[in-house]
Amino acid sequence: MKATHATLAEKFIADEPRTDWHDETLWFVREKRDKAAHGLPEWEQLREWGSQIKNHTLSNLSDYLKEFEEKATANGIKVHWAADGDEHNKIIHEIIRKHNIQKIVKSKSMLTEECHLNEYLQEHGIEVVDTDLGERIVQFRKEPPSHIVLPAIHLKKEDVSATFHEYLHTEKGNNDPQYLTEAARQHLRDKFVQSQLAITGVNFAVAETGGFVVCTNEGNADMGAHTAPVHIACMGFEKIIPKAEHLSVFLRLLARSATGQPITTYSSHFQKPRPNQEMHIVIVDNGRSRQLGREDFRNSLKCIRCAACFNTCPVYRRSGGHSYHTAVAGPIGSILNPNLDMKANADLPFASTLCGSCTNVCPVKINIHEQLWKWRQVIVAEGYVATSKKIGMKGMGFLLSKPKVYRFAGKMGRWMMRIVPFVANNKLNVWYKQREMPEPPKESFRDWYLKNGKTNKK
Amino acid sequence: MSAREKILNAIAINQPELTALPVMDRNVLIRYEDVYAQFKKVLESIGGKVELIQKITELKNKLIADKASGNFVVNAIAAIGEVDNQVVSFTASELEKVERAYIRGTVGVAENGAVWIYESQMVNRLLPFICQHLIIVIDKPAIVPTMHHAYDSVDVAREGFGAFIAGPSKTADIEQSLVIGAHGARSATIYVIE
Amino acid sequence: MKVALFIPCYIDQFYPQVGIATLQLLEKLGCNVSFPLQQTCCGQPMANSGFASLSKGCDVNFVENFSGFDYIVAPSGSCVLHVKEHLRDEKRPEVAQKIRIGIYELTEFLTDILKVENINASFPYKVGLHNSCHGQRGLQLSSMTERMLPEFSKPEQLLSMVKGIQLSKPKRNDECCGFGGTFCVSEEAVSVKMGKDRIKEHDANEVEYITGGDTSCLMHLEGILKRQGSKVKTIHIAEILNSGL
Repeated sequence: MKATHATLAEKFIADEPRTDWHDETLWFVREKRDKAAHGLPEWEQLREWGSQIKNHTLSNLSDYLKEFEEKATANGIKVHWAADGDEHNKIIHEIIRKHNIQKIVKSKSMLTEECHLNEYLQEHGIEVVDTDLGERIVQFRKEPPSHIVLPAIHLKKEDVSATFHEYLHTEKGNNDPQYLTEAARQHLRDKFVQSQLAITGVNFAVAETGGFVVCTNEGNADMGAHTAPVHIACMGFEKIIPKAEHLSVFLRLLARSATGQPITTYSSHFQKPRPNQEMHIVIVDNGRSRQLGREDFRNSLKCIRCAACFNTCPVYRRSGGHSYHTAVAGPIGSILNPNLDMKANADLPFASTLCGSCTNVCPVKINIHEQLWKWRQVIVAEGYVATSKKIGMKGMGFLLSKPKVYRFAGKMGRWMMRIVPFVANNKLNVWYKQREMPEPPKESFRDWYLKNGKTNKK
Repeated sequence: MSAREKILNAIAINQPELTALPVMDRNVLIRYEDVYAQFKKVLESIGGKVELIQKITELKNKLIADKASGNFVVNAIAAIGEVDNQVVSFTASELEKVERAYIRGTVGVAENGAVWIYESQMVNRLLPFICQHLIIVIDKPAIVPTMHHAYDSVDVAREGFGAFIAGPSKTADIEQSLVIGAHGARSATIYVIE
Repeated sequence: MKVALFIPCYIDQFYPQVGIATLQLLEKLGCNVSFPLQQTCCGQPMANSGFASLSKGCDVNFVENFSGFDYIVAPSGSCVLHVKEHLRDEKRPEVAQKIRIGIYELTEFLTDILKVENINASFPYKVGLHNSCHGQRGLQLSSMTERMLPEFSKPEQLLSMVKGIQLSKPKRNDECCGFGGTFCVSEEAVSVKMGKDRIKEHDANEVEYITGGDTSCLMHLEGILKRQGSKVKTIHIAEILNSGL
């Protein structure tokens, strides 16, 4: 069996100072988000608008997609449709082959991570250069991003310095972020000016205009897209919004929720290709239409990928993005990924205390923690839990529904602390590893009540 | 069945019953006593520089001096000097050497320090991103309070490209330490004409 | 006012003093309190583990025990939230519905229904308040730092009436302690780390007690405190509000 969130998290936490650093750093981002949100008296109203616009869009999605396709095509953009990740990769590969393209730059796109585009192209002998600084760092290290907005947040500057020393020949031991960023700037400017193809993600696609918006702080999406003779923008179909005026709501919410910035440095609105440029959009399903049909889970498709739920999640901050073993980690990943592969991701909805903080920060009001609870029910119903757990839970359900059995078991030795850890973990008393057990009292509350309680017993 | 039909059919079957778009009441939006002061405050907090000038012609001498310095300076504003229209067809490796670019903006946004720039104002789409230092000029009355007002004032579909730019390029991808000058401009100065 | 007392299973078995304090407090405040004797559990341990289907027996038993009361009060935000959100009885749906509406967590019952303005209690110690997530975010017993809404706190409102108490808040006032039901064992490493981090912030305030409205959180924190050999004790808010002069 593949490693689960719990085992990967345990490994991460084994380095406690680093865990503390990771937690503090992301908490700092969460605090910046709070400050930015507090700056707008209409914040909660904005979230409500964002949520309603997205709900409306999902309820009229097929028409909006057709409208978008029609307008985009009229603007000179070539629109492609991909039913799954493999089709998405093949479409891009075909464009590369047709133009005999060698030099490819790619700005951040979680969709291409989801579809494993880089690996696919690599298998066909094609190299892609990730140009977001964080993504370039993890690409050098042959690691996946650990956070959708801050891909290298699991690394310290010493790690980056060592990696850049190896690949970019920077001074050994020079850990200055300014120096390291400058080195990446020089290295990537070379890649940009030579690029023949730029791949970007899409933050928002506007049905009314057929245009799309890409947001970055670094400017890497623009550097590639305005240089390369071919631009391919990849989007999950849920990126669509009805009108350009709705961008105001989402651009106000996005960066504030993500990093506490009032807006990203660049919010680029692509409408038509440059003269002699080819512009493609690949619209991808990859399980999204299935998720749309799941009433309890469809509104996860409202997500605008701000990662506020990552930064606020007390579990994510202490377990790191790689413990989620998927392209999109964190609470939102834990409600998206079971739809992609329920068996492989059956552990993720359980990687939460259901504290509800994710739902509270979500700029489009996705009820993330409630969906985590609901996924647990689906995963159990579909049989993706250990048999021992099933048997234990059945026993508990029986015990707790029969007052006499419950009381007998209680007397038999405070059954609960014995059975619960076993049921949940299938190991003997995991509770006790780092915690003392509660001291069993001499009598239960009920026993006390029978002796000392008032006479008006039911 | 093509992927397109397969996807659109699946969506049509699975999408929920139609819900309404919200009616967005502008009365709830934040108000600023002085939109220019707010614009300046926010932009400076994200690494930009803001300077108020009386007339756009004040920039004429600055442009002349800049060009005389020997650096590659590109002007895209007719009101301050001849527009360097030749950069339309410049390649990225040529534009990579641009030290400074003067570009007109359409609208400034007080809540976040962003300025909308149309492609026609950039001359070349790549220019505001690839130049080392970016200079944007906007009119003071063109500063609006929020993004809602900004989208009222621009037509995003009018040209092939347009962007909101808020300050210089930046990153915090290494340990969340803010570094100005990631891939794009290392500095952004916005001149606001009274 | 007919009030039924719901004492969740783990309080019944391990923390009877919390049940006793709750009962005595409610009676002091003039409530006519009944304790239905055949009660067991709300079913949350199964449901939160994905086995809501196995909590039907608990639900039926709960409905049998708690029908016919004006209010049901429990010293546990978590169990109350579970009942409010998930209690179902196919045979008696309207009775289950009435219970879901009529169940209250102790502190909200005191502030919202009894509208308590004075409490005759004294607790001259340095106390740190732990907000349980299910109480705070689920039942909205206090404002939340994520939301941009007016600040309030029902437990703080009550604790401020206690004589001699020195109340402090941890730096991250509404961070989860990591208990999370079966999460506390299925994700043992994260759970304990979260608990240790909560304790560290209370330690920084030099508290003598950590209190809260959920015994489950407190049991988890107590387990860690004891293992650390700490002098800090945990105490349920009912015990403080019931502590005599």
